[in-house]
Amino acid sequence: MSYVTNLKCRECGQEYAVEPLHVCETCFGPLEVSYDYAKIKADLTQKKIESRPHNLWRYRELLPVESEPSVGLNSGFTPLLHAQRLGAELGVKRLYIKDDTVNHPTLSYKDRVVAVAISKAIEFGFKTVSCASTGNLATAVAAHAARAGLRCYIFMPEGVEAGKIVGSTIYGAQVITIRGNYDDVNRLCSEIADKYGWAFVNINLRPYYTEGAKTFGFEIAEQLGWRLPDHVVVPTAGGTILPKVAKAFKELKDLGLVKGGDFKIYSAQAAGAAPVIHALHKGTDLITPVKPNTIAKSIAIGNPADGFYVLRAVRDSGGWGEMASDAEIVDAIKLLARTEGIFAEPAGGTTLAVTLKLLAQKRIKSDELVVVSITGNGYKTLEAVADAIERPYKIEARLKDFDALYEQLGNGKEKIAGAA
Amino acid sequence: MPVRVRVPTPLRRFTAGADEVAADGASVKAIIEDLEKRHPGMRERLLDDKGALRRFVNIYLNGDDIRFLDELNSKVKDGDDLSIVPAIAGGA
Repeated sequence: MSYVTNLKCRECGQEYAVEPLHVCETCFGPLEVSYDYAKIKADLTQKKIESRPHNLWRYRELLPVESEPSVGLNSGFTPLLHAQRLGAELGVKRLYIKDDTVNHPTLSYKDRVVAVAISKAIEFGFKTVSCASTGNLATAVAAHAARAGLRCYIFMPEGVEAGKIVGSTIYGAQVITIRGNYDDVNRLCSEIADKYGWAFVNINLRPYYTEGAKTFGFEIAEQLGWRLPDHVVVPTAGGTILPKVAKAFKELKDLGLVKGGDFKIYSAQAAGAAPVIHALHKGTDLITPVKPNTIAKSIAIGNPADGFYVLRAVRDSGGWGEMASDAEIVDAIKLLARTEGIFAEPAGGTTLAVTLKLLAQKRIKSDELVVVSITGNGYKTLEAVADAIERPYKIEARLKDFDALYEQLGNGKEKIAGAA
Repeated sequence: MPVRVRVPTPLRRFTAGADEVAADGASVKAIIEDLEKRHPGMRERLLDDKGALRRFVNIYLNGDDIRFLDELNSKVKDGDDLSIVPAIAGGA
């Protein structure tokens, strides 16, 4: 049933059996899932994929699961929206939003990677699942664990948005906040994973977990009518999704499932946590960790595990990357909400803000096809924009009070015309 | 009193399975040399052929990434905690 052959070190090529293992014993490099692509090519067609339910398992031949998936049955296949009003403001006709603000069940792209990781945890026979998280992963793991009947421990840095703590605890997960930033939590969890033998979705199940991120790319290609975009802009935190979107596009191309055409991929980081962009701009592949400081908490990672692979994917594609300040991030969140009715979290604001810069720099030209990746929902991060929006007016429940306010707001003329 | 060093799974075959070992030295570099003496093979896993910390290895001195301190020259004193942790983890 499975097309997986083994795990392989991305650095030294050493091979390992399909086990809960993420680091090469020889060089500490990351392990990645290998597939029998010849067999997949013989079996997988556009038609076969299109005949399946609208969830991420429609690409199951390219995902590392053995048995019939029991979680994530409503995850993935989120809208790819032709953003015409936003596009008109920016002067780009073919601007698309890949909208994971409505991913099921927890409203972020993490539902994809977690659906795969939890399926794998079940296959491996784990009873407890866990993760180190800035919040979105936490809610996704907690929800999927509840659905699968697994025990769940969640580790988050102190200071994440309240909604993300409530949104994890509600599913019955044991939530522990750590005095420190995400990188501190990650280090602790690496040690806990080692000692307690739990399934940490983003540590010892990481090779499987990260494969789930490819579905974001598969869907973009399928929803564009089995073609690749000219440009795709992706946020970068730990560096999982960007290289996997590039890998997804490459797999589809190699399997002959999409019409050719080269794509360029771009990384977006918040200026307060931009170690990958600094390295990109300096022309080095050495990523110097930073201490994160940004309102974009879901992407506030100073020491990204896959930063090196983000650089490589960006450079290989001929793409680029930029960073956005907190103020630019908030403006972009408001712009997207106002023009397209999509409320993104700060990671999404970062991605759109960076897209504006890439357009201004003419790296992306106005007649080309651009996909902006919106990976998380703004309802989880109300704190980030609360101070930047207009306060509501407060009046008594009397019509004349409203008439006066309406006048004051400069709408008097319009009102009279309408009434006449 | 020597320094306590936490050893991750991929390195435990050098420490007879121990998850924590002792080492002596006044800097991180010296600690790694001492680890090599006590558990031959470890240095090559931690440092590349130029003697720099490998890309996918993080070392924490009392919880701080040594890249924020003085890297391999970071000063170490008796009773400190050193953690060796694979860099490949995470994803928010």
